[in-house]
Amino acid sequence: MHMAASPDKVGATGGAGNSSSIAETLAEFARRRKSFWIMASLAILFAVWEIAGRIPISFAFPTFFETVTAFAEMVSDGTLVRAYAITFQPLLLGITASAVLGVGLGIVMGLSDKAEWLLAPVFIVFQAAPMAALVPLVTFVYGIGLVAKTLAVIMLALPVIVLNSYKAIRHVNPSLVDMCRSFQGTRVQQICKIIIPDAAPVLFAGLRLGIAAGFIGVILAELLITPTGIGDLITYHRSIANYAHMYAAVASIIAVSTLTLTALQYVELRFLRPEKRRK
Amino acid sequence: MANPRLAPTAHPSGAASPDVIVEVRDICKHYNDVEALRDINLDFERGKLTTLLGPSGCGKTTLLKIIAGLVPATSGQIRINGKTVTGPGPERAFVFQDFALMPWATVLRNVAFGLELKGVPQAERNRTARHYIREVGLSGFEEKYPHELSGGMRQRVGIARAFSVNADVLLLDEPFSAVDEQNRRKFQEDLLQLVEKERKTFLFVTHSIEEAVYVSDRIVLLSPRPGRVSQIIEPAIDRSAAPDVIRRDKSYLDVVEEIWQGLRQYAE
Amino acid sequence: MKLFGFRIPMMASLVLWALVWEIVGRMDVIFLIPPMSSIISAGFGLVATGSWQSASLVTVRSFVLGMALAIAVGVPLGIAMGRFRIVDNIFGLWVNMFVSAPLSALVPILMILFGLGETTVVVTVFLFAVWIIVLDARAGVMQVPPSLIEMGRSYGASRFTIFTKIILLSALPEILAGIRIGLIRGVKGVVIGQILVSIIGYGELFELYSRSFDMERFWALTMILFAAAMLLSAVVEHFEKRIEYYAGAR
Repeated sequence: MHMAASPDKVGATGGAGNSSSIAETLAEFARRRKSFWIMASLAILFAVWEIAGRIPISFAFPTFFETVTAFAEMVSDGTLVRAYAITFQPLLLGITASAVLGVGLGIVMGLSDKAEWLLAPVFIVFQAAPMAALVPLVTFVYGIGLVAKTLAVIMLALPVIVLNSYKAIRHVNPSLVDMCRSFQGTRVQQICKIIIPDAAPVLFAGLRLGIAAGFIGVILAELLITPTGIGDLITYHRSIANYAHMYAAVASIIAVSTLTLTALQYVELRFLRPEKRRK
Repeated sequence: MANPRLAPTAHPSGAASPDVIVEVRDICKHYNDVEALRDINLDFERGKLTTLLGPSGCGKTTLLKIIAGLVPATSGQIRINGKTVTGPGPERAFVFQDFALMPWATVLRNVAFGLELKGVPQAERNRTARHYIREVGLSGFEEKYPHELSGGMRQRVGIARAFSVNADVLLLDEPFSAVDEQNRRKFQEDLLQLVEKERKTFLFVTHSIEEAVYVSDRIVLLSPRPGRVSQIIEPAIDRSAAPDVIRRDKSYLDVVEEIWQGLRQYAE
Repeated sequence: MKLFGFRIPMMASLVLWALVWEIVGRMDVIFLIPPMSSIISAGFGLVATGSWQSASLVTVRSFVLGMALAIAVGVPLGIAMGRFRIVDNIFGLWVNMFVSAPLSALVPILMILFGLGETTVVVTVFLFAVWIIVLDARAGVMQVPPSLIEMGRSYGASRFTIFTKIILLSALPEILAGIRIGLIRGVKGVVIGQILVSIIGYGELFELYSRSFDMERFWALTMILFAAAMLLSAVVEHFEKRIEYYAGAR
């Protein structure tokens, strides 16, 4: 499912309505453009949201338009931008640290049986287990500052990145490695010219999954450790029963993470997989 | 011949041939409890194309990889030009069944890769690579990626890469098995021309009887479980004739039939 | 790995790590890490307490309810997406989005909608688990080999028979794989839900032990939880392998 809708395609959806045979045009359009279905499924959910908000299904359930208005308000007065500036700090730091450490450890585990034996079980446990339970612990040592939140991100992102990098290295095409050996490539050449390039797409996909986990980590940290950034917006507006603003903040972080992941997926397809480039 | 009693053809020299380049001595290979190869003794003459032919499970690919130095033998020795093999070496080049092309590299870089690993400067290695790309008939495809080529073209890249390093012995592991029938025939004809032109020693693994008879100076038949040399055949076919003539030649067809009679007991 | 010619199973390194932990704990480097032995003895004490038993009951109940809901909704939705283009087109965007979205951000909303109780945790488990179940069921249905369906049609099977006897059975390995990953995500969901709600089940106990700096019990509880998660995943994996024997032949 590709979610990269370009604005001009989206604009064309509205224009199609004036034609005499609207249904036919739409059907034709739907066949050709994926963006039509993106628009359609967005519209359906937002409509359901609006209706549910108008009934209302709960006193704490604002309509879609109230939420959009609140979102616009928070964007225009700068609160959202300031909140993201704070939230992104531990996220970026944590992801960078996890990426460097995780890809490094994963490669070592993929190349060495001893490292695999020693480390793989630990990370398998960390990935399968609910690491969130340990987030409160970091506050004991590192207080409630940036370090604690960065650590929360690392705790969730690192195991995912390590295990995916490790699997990427273990699944390198053995025939390519043999090819390199048959031309008397040294071990270093084997690693740099064959193993890492061949594993690169999966390594990158692992990073993407790690970033998804990092988003969960940073939100948990901001909700559990101390309210700052986007977590503060959520907690604050909830405490003053300003539900439209709270929903807007939640929706925005989900949207931001989705857009980030989609962009990374695009980068992966565009630059790392030449065999899939022509589509 | 290492084991002349198994060679039914009237081969005069029982002793080692004057110009032997690859010697296989008492090679045995076990994978855990499975015996893959037992007491293989073979000599390969310089400048000849020898085929290892046999049903699946006879260890022909394993033997080729042992000669390449990619797989260690359980016991026995391989000697190339009189020197014992301990691993891959510059006098041998391998062509892989699944092509083993780097999907992220262009045809040019793939062909030049063997030279790149040896540290040959870029301009020089590209010159050599372009020469062999032309030789295998891929001119104009230098900047393409492997996924943009057909199976047959990909294997031509693999062969060009093996030629570029200027090895004495080319080891080809079922190079045409992933190529469709028409291209395969064309390929066999092109290969014969290259053999003629490049004057190298070829060791060729296949499971196709017709292919073996068509391209080989000498065919080594292996029997399965465990792999042993069961027969050595030297098809006396006039290579100067046109391909269509060869394929209808009486002696060509006779050799095919003879091999089939030897192998049919292993068919499922 | 091999040592002195013996194969050492992979998970054995965990014993080594437990040993390192014990030594670090005994050296009294940091109050956060008590010796492994005292954690284990605290664990046995903990299991005997009424508060642990009732917390476990609540946790298991929320988990089972949430998972049952996720499977009941996820599998049919995934199959429908795999079979009908329009369903796929409408839900595809949201399923793909939520499968990797930071769902922990939704928990505060669930807390105001469903109150600070079990319902919120059940919904959290559902939301964590359902999307991957949908995606895998969809993938399973979509990769049924067309030749199998054509085979069924050529032997005169009705659409219903083809669906139940060919499509569903062929998709079973993928559906089970989805449920296994869903279970692991569900465990994370139940913990994140309870920690954020923080007044029920393990969330309450975690809160209690960390506030009173009772590290032995905190770690004991964590390890019980981790062990339960691993055990659950191992059990489903075992079950999956028994199903997969025929999937290998596809």
